[in-house]
Parts: sequence; C-alpha cells; structure tokens
Amino acid sequence: METARRLEPVEINVNMGPQHPSTHGVFRMVLWVDGERIVQVEPYIGYLHRGTEKLCEGELYPQIITLFDRLDYLANFNNELCFCMAAEKLMGLEVPERAQYVRVVLCELNRVASHLMFYGALGLDAGAMTPVMYAFREREHIQRAFEAVSGARMMHNYFRIGGLKEDVPAGFKEMVRDLLPGLEQGISECDRLLSLNEAFLARTRGVGAISAQEAVEYALSGPMLRAAGVPYDLRAVEPYSLYDRFDFDIPVGTQGDCWDRYMVRVEEMRQSLRIVRQALEQMPDEGPVMAAGVRRMPRPPKGESYMRTENPRGEFGVYLVSDGSERPYRVKIRAPSFASVQALPRLLRDCYVADCVVVLGSLDIVLGDVDR
Amino acid sequence: MAAALVISALGLLGLVAFITALVAGGLAALAAVGGLLAMFVFLAAVVLSLVWLERKYLGRLQMRMGPMRVGPFGLLQPVADAAKLVLKEDVTPAWVDRWLFWTAPLLLFLPSYLLWVAVPFGPGLVLRDLDLGLLYIVALSVVGIVGILMAGWGSANKYGMLGSLRSAAQLVSYEVPVIIVALTVAMMAGSLNLSQIVEAQRPVPYAVVQPLALFLFLLAGLAEVGRTPFDIYHAESEVMGGPYVEYSGAHWAVFYLAEYVNTFLVAVMVTLLFLGGWKGPGLPPVLWFLLKAYLVVGFIFWFRGTFPRLRIDQLMALGWKALVPLSFVNLVLTSIYLFYGWPWWGMSLISLAILAALGYGIHRQAAARKPAITLVPAVEVRSAR
Amino acid sequence: MSEVLDSFHPNLSAALDEVVVTVEPAQVQRTCQTLRDDPRLKFDFLRCLSVVDYNDSLQVVYHLWSMEKRQKVVVKADLPASNPTVPTVVPVWRGADWFEREAAELFGVTFEGHPNLKPLLLWEGFEGHPGLKSFPVHDYQEW
Repeated sequence: METARRLEPVEINVNMGPQHPSTHGVFRMVLWVDGERIVQVEPYIGYLHRGTEKLCEGELYPQIITLFDRLDYLANFNNELCFCMAAEKLMGLEVPERAQYVRVVLCELNRVASHLMFYGALGLDAGAMTPVMYAFREREHIQRAFEAVSGARMMHNYFRIGGLKEDVPAGFKEMVRDLLPGLEQGISECDRLLSLNEAFLARTRGVGAISAQEAVEYALSGPMLRAAGVPYDLRAVEPYSLYDRFDFDIPVGTQGDCWDRYMVRVEEMRQSLRIVRQALEQMPDEGPVMAAGVRRMPRPPKGESYMRTENPRGEFGVYLVSDGSERPYRVKIRAPSFASVQALPRLLRDCYVADCVVVLGSLDIVLGDVDR
Repeated sequence: MAAALVISALGLLGLVAFITALVAGGLAALAAVGGLLAMFVFLAAVVLSLVWLERKYLGRLQMRMGPMRVGPFGLLQPVADAAKLVLKEDVTPAWVDRWLFWTAPLLLFLPSYLLWVAVPFGPGLVLRDLDLGLLYIVALSVVGIVGILMAGWGSANKYGMLGSLRSAAQLVSYEVPVIIVALTVAMMAGSLNLSQIVEAQRPVPYAVVQPLALFLFLLAGLAEVGRTPFDIYHAESEVMGGPYVEYSGAHWAVFYLAEYVNTFLVAVMVTLLFLGGWKGPGLPPVLWFLLKAYLVVGFIFWFRGTFPRLRIDQLMALGWKALVPLSFVNLVLTSIYLFYGWPWWGMSLISLAILAALGYGIHRQAAARKPAITLVPAVEVRSAR
Repeated sequence: MSEVLDSFHPNLSAALDEVVVTVEPAQVQRTCQTLRDDPRLKFDFLRCLSVVDYNDSLQVVYHLWSMEKRQKVVVKADLPASNPTVPTVVPVWRGADWFEREAAELFGVTFEGHPNLKPLLLWEGFEGHPGLKSFPVHDYQEW
C-alpha cells in the first residue's frame, strides 16, 4: 500500500534575537515566515529593563541625571536636557543664557553623533561594511569634544537643574568651530557614499512605508513622522530652550519608507550643524552658567509638569510629579524608541526576511530607551 | 626445452614489463598525487594571501590600517588565524544530523579543489590538459551546492536552512548565465580546452571583443561564489552566516577555504576566458597570469567595500530578467558575428553599444530618483502657531 | 473645549502651561474619542500615557497633542486603588497599545477591551506590580 504523502507549504517561525547581530542591542522578535516572506512579527522587549522610573522615585534630583544618561545612550545630553527642563519648569527657574547656548550646542552635536551612528548601523544592516567606518571617524571628533567638556565620552552627567555642572573649558567655542568644517565635509562624504547607491536604493525604497496618518496614529515621532510627511519637529512646533532664535530647516519626506527616514536623518545632521554655528555666534563669552539661588538639593514645589524635547529618535517626554520633597514623586518617561518599536509589525507587513533588519535599522531604536 | 625457454623468456619479459608498468604507473600515480598535493599547497598559499589582501584592502578602503600586529605589515595574520581555527574546539550541536553535518564541508571543498586539475597556469603548466576543461570546471563547480544544502539542513538551524535554500536558488539560477557566456567564449575559440581558448585570444583578448560577456560573467560569477553584493545566503546581518552558522573550528575553516578558493576560481576563469590568460609582454607567463587574476580579485574586494547586499527577490529578478536574457542575446549576436566572419572590432562595437545602452538606462533611472526630501523652514512652522 | 466635552461632566483646570480635563474612568474612552474626532479639537497624537500612584487611588494621565491645531491637553482619570479599571484607548490611538501594556504590567491597571494585555517588560513569572508605591525600591529579592 502506498501512502499518499502530500507536501504542504508550512510557515516556520524564526526567532531573531536577543543575541542577533542586527537587533541593535537586546531586542527579540519572532517572525513567522512563509519562505522568504514575513507573515507575522511579534516583538519582545524588556531585556534591558532597569526600572528607571521606579529608581527615580528613590533618588535625589541631582542623582537622577545620571540615570537619564543611561536611557538613550546615544543621545545622553538630550535626555539630561529634558529632565532638567522638566524640573526647571516646575520650579520656574530662569537658566542663564550662556548655559542655554552651551546646552543647545552640545545637544545638537549629540544629535549629529547619534545620526552618524544610525547611518553606519543602517549601512551594516543593508550589508555595506564601509559606511560604519566613515561614520565612526566623524563621530569620534564629536566624542572628543564631549570628553573635553564633560570628562566623559558617553555618560556625561553635565547638565544640572538650573544650568551646567561647571563652565565649559577655555577655548570651547574655537574647538567646536574648528570641528564644524570637517564634520560638514564628512557628512557629505557619507551622503555620497551610500545615499544614491543602486543597491541601497533597491533595499530601502518603498520598504516599510507608512502613511502620515498612520504614523500619527502609531504615535511615531521625530524623523519617522517627518519622513512620512508631517513637519513635526518640537524645536519648531513648540520651541523650548533657545530654539526659537535659530534659523534652520526641517527635512520632510513623502513616502515614509526606509530611504526617506534615512535621507531625513542625513539632512538633519546638516541642519544641526547650522544650529551649532548660529549658537556659537550668539553665545555670550562670559556669564554665569548656573541660575542664581538654586540649592544643591533642589526641591521643586508640589505640582506636575510634562516636558518634551526633540531627541534624535523623536519626542522624548518627562512627566514629573513632585510632592515638594527632595525626591520626585513620580517620573514617567515617554521614550521615542518605545513608540517606534510597537509600529514594527505594521511596518513589516508584506516584507521579506531581509527587509526586517533594514526596517529595524531605519527605526533607529536604542534598547536602553525602549526598555528603560 | 625451447618451448620452456620461450615461455620463461616471455614470462620474464612479462614480469619485467609488469614491473616496469607498475613502476611507471606508480610513478604516474605518484606524480598525480604529487601534483594534487602541490596544487593544494599552492591553493592554501593563495587563500592565505587572499585573506591578507582582503583585510588590508578593505582596511585601506575604510581608512584603517588592516592587520598590523602579526609579522611585518600583518603578513602572518592569516597564518595565525588558520592556526587558531584549527586549534579551536569543534562544537557539534545536539540536534544536528551528524552524517550530513560532517560530510558537508568535504562535499563543498572537494569539487572546488578538484576542478583545479584542469586549470592551466601557463603554457603547459597544467595537471591535466583536458579537452573538455571548460565543461569539467563548469560541471564541478555546481556540485558544491549540495554541500551547502547539506550543511544548512544538517545543522538543524532555521537560519542555516533559510541560508541554504537561498544559496540553492541563487546558485542554480546564476549557473545559467555563466554557462551561456562560457559557451559564447567556447564558440569564439572553437574549443573547450582552456589552453586553446587562451591561445585563440589573438590579436586581442576577448575582454575587448566581448565586453558585455565579461560584464555578465563577472556579475554572475560574483553571485556564484556569494560575494557582496550577492552574499545573500550567508548574510551575517540577516541569517548570521547561513549554512555555516553552527560550524566552528576546523570545519568552519574548510568552508572558509572553499569560499576563497571559489573566489579565486572566478578570477582565474575571467583571466583565462577574457583577459588572455598568461599572455603579456616582458614578464614570465605565470607571473602575468597571477597578476591578472589578482587584479580581478582586487576588483571583487572593491565591490565588497562599496555595495550593500541585494535582497533575495531582487537577486533572482536580476538573474532571470536581466542576466539570462542578456547572455542569450549575446550568444545570438556572437553566432551571427561568427557566421558572417566580421572583423573582431565589429563585435566589440556591438557589445560596447549594448553595454553603453545599459549603463545609460541605469543612469537615467538613477537620475530620475531625486531625493524626495523637502526642506520646510523652521520659521514657517513656528509662525504657523 | 468645554462645550464639546460638556456631556462628560469634566472637571477643567489649568496646571502650569497645560489644560487638564479630569473625567470619570468609565468616560475615558468616549472622552478621548470626542477629543480626537471633534473638528474643533482634533487631538490625534497621544504623546504619553502615564499612571501615577497616589496610594489610595491611581491616576491615569493622557497627554494629547493636536497636529493640526497645535493644541495640547491633559486628560486625567482617578481610579480606585482597590479595582483600577479603565476602558482602553487603543481603538482611538493605535499607539496606546504598548503604553497600556506597560501600565498594566507595572501598576496593575486593567485596560478593558485591550486586544493583547500581555506582560511586556518584566521577566516571565514576575509577580507584583513594581510601579506601585507599595512595592519596595531596593530591598526585594532579586532572582
């Protein structure tokens, strides 16, 4: 007797991560694939959850700044800024101009460094080895400047509620100004190397596209929302710090696909350098860097404030509830990567297995930010 | 008595003949084994040099120094790597199909090693000058797919399986243009013997006569050996090494060896079929041959430093929709050219024209893709409040 | 805004630079729907969803933003600590999905009608809701 054996196509599930080289940290997703096509994706996070929000409730205000460094570890200054401003808003503090300018310069440089990292990582995800080297060469200059200012390359702990830890070193202006032409040239080189590469275009154009309406619905923010065609940049929409004094452009895409997300970020680097240039020009040479009358252990009055800043990854928000003591009552962190990752199943609809790493790369998530 | 003498004389003769034959046969066998061994040593040296060259070259492309620590200019780095790989623990995961798992590296390496028997390195410098050399090489180079499939299936790993299925699809579909282009060359030379193909490249190498064929062969060859931008089946950012994901130590080294041997084979085949083999003024033929081959290898490494990799569906589309039709068009054109006996520059003009048209088409397409980014001044956004 | 929301009996107040709308928990989903759909408001962007533990009650806080009108508003709802239940807003904003999952895991708030209220951040088998004030910060047994 011959038993009839039917060969049926089966969907297999593939586990990606948390130790996969292209998941940008400890991120895990389970793919159900039909051959090379993705049927369903389920992201799993939490491998880097440190309970920052809960930790904040047990720490003094100055101690919390170090915790914020460790959230989005590619954009430390931006995180610090958001928390400090949330507390300043609650206390009604007026931060001295010089400190504000230094903050803007450092944050924008940090944005460039973060986007360079994105650029290199996306290249690697798409299979190009060289971009990451070019990007890291440029990023290194910025990191050196950070080290000169704060003494640390990554975990700076430099901003304080009411100003800065200390004044910038002598010659800071010249140092950053000398940095800019090289950075601009380096960014152009990076742009020429990858942006219009045929194979790169084939891999990123039309992949993982999302419409403007859906992007808003998924609470995407930052470059991803702008790539979908919404000119939503908090620096312009709700200017904080000194951002209403600078003249810059907001790059906006049309398709919302990986290539648009990539191009938006490349253009944003140039705009950030523009802001840095203007900030250096306007920055007063002398002056205090700390608001007058701030205690070493600040105690914001009872109340609550929600502060949001434009981080490299999108809208970073801090919801700070104070009960008037030296420890915050509740700190809620609105992490941009967290909102991005939840759109991943939607973005990967009708994609191939190979697209999944490119789309993930174009989200530019930082797991410290996702898991907190 | 006489009969006995005759018989014994014959017997003696026979014995002598037998012994002579034995010795001769043994010598021939020894020579063959020696030749194979020599070939192995040569290939190992080539692979080591390629590894060093690739790392150095990529390093330079990426503004790094490349290996510098072991030996002068890091020359001994590949040796150290090889020693490390051989000494490493060879891990066998629990669920592998041992039979497939352990034979797969051999099955991948043996064919890619044996086909060097028919490759001539200079006039007469070949282990066996096969009349069907080209056919032999093309045929043997396909067998390696079985090894990759076995490795992917045998290692009981989903990435491995994805990778090996990708490789099967990729290698089978790119075999078609490779064969058709090789056929074109064989038609031009009127022979499948590689030495004769080299000799037939007179007055100019086929690279000049058939630039389109060279282009097709190089692209398809890259896909055959899975080099960037076609390194899809062992893409480390997607399937993490594909079929090789579960291998370690010496077995992984065998895969590595086979891969570099295959890369070198593509370079050698391009040299033999299109660049006039060992011909050249001044230098000894073997040197010319190696020089040309290494130039092609350098070209392949350059690709690796510049391009991202394609997606599997784009790869298949490129293969079946572009390379296969183009190779057939080229075949037809070549037969027309041979039938009417046009001068060689006629063919090269036609070939160049097609290549130029292709390049122009791609350029037009690229130019049409303007960045879709618009810049919205922040002032406008601010004032809209 | 008050006329749009009148039917929900809101409690309007102002805090720093925000307008705060406090509603009954049961009204949250309908309030949010109205806030999003009313042509005069159009709060289409959910900025943040937080839960604050005030010991005797849990407060769910929604920070909203309108892309078109450039307005912001805060919606709050106080839940009893004994039975923290609130209707989900996932049908209103898709992006609320993970925010609610996180809140459910860390604070034990039940979001009624949420499509997939699985644990998100903590390891499998974790017990308790570490966001709550009653959960010790430092001295609990790590695994």
